[in-house]
Amino acid sequence: MILFFIGLVSGIVSGMGMGGGTILIPALIFFASTPQHLAQSINLSVFFPTAIIALCIHTKNKHVRYKLAFKIIIVGVIGAFIGSRIAVSMSTHTLRKFFGVFILAMGIYELFKKPKNKKQ
Amino acid sequence: MKKGDNIKDKYNLIKIGIIGLVAGLCNGMFGSGGGIIVVPAMTYLLDVKEHDAHATAISVILPLSLVSVFVYFKSNHFDWNMVWKVGIGGVIGAGIGAWLLPQIPVKILSKIFAGFMIIAGLRMIF
Repeated sequence: MILFFIGLVSGIVSGMGMGGGTILIPALIFFASTPQHLAQSINLSVFFPTAIIALCIHTKNKHVRYKLAFKIIIVGVIGAFIGSRIAVSMSTHTLRKFFGVFILAMGIYELFKKPKNKKQ
Repeated sequence: MKKGDNIKDKYNLIKIGIIGLVAGLCNGMFGSGGGIIVVPAMTYLLDVKEHDAHATAISVILPLSLVSVFVYFKSNHFDWNMVWKVGIGGVIGAGIGAWLLPQIPVKILSKIFAGFMIIAGLRMIF
């Protein structure tokens, strides 16, 4: 039940377009004692169903620029492979510290960023 | 004119490559945050409209996450039982979030979440 609830709250946050993963991973770690690597893989996995639904809607409304996406993806998958290899080679303890630095930086960025143009 | 366009194209390709590499690295290493990087990178570096950037980011992060999940899965950092429980909550929550979006003060809320992230980050470091 706690897992469902954590998913629900982070889902609401991500539905609002505010990056649910950065909430979901610490919530899993602090409230469900999930190991760091597992929390990260859960976040990556639960992204799929919602993302596919959102992508269908955005594609229908012609907001997805697939040509640009394709170019980013080509290099991106290489980065994704290297990044996850680095993660799985680390101990839980070390990865957790790195993750802490990462969300600290993201939190500070989010706190001070100014919306470029709030209009869609 | 043509030459200038070519240089701009090349310059854009380099930017696109860097965006992809950084987003992939972070998304893989931290299991999150690809979107937080890709969306502003596209709006600021490539002048993509914010709404299009959000939509395009999802199409970028999907395959990157697929690659990363595969690596985690191979290293036994995967638990179906937890994924589906969190996942069901996540799908329902995303629907609620999208529905709530027009009626909430997003700016204030995003600052509150930023606060959560900072606190969680500090707790994890120390």
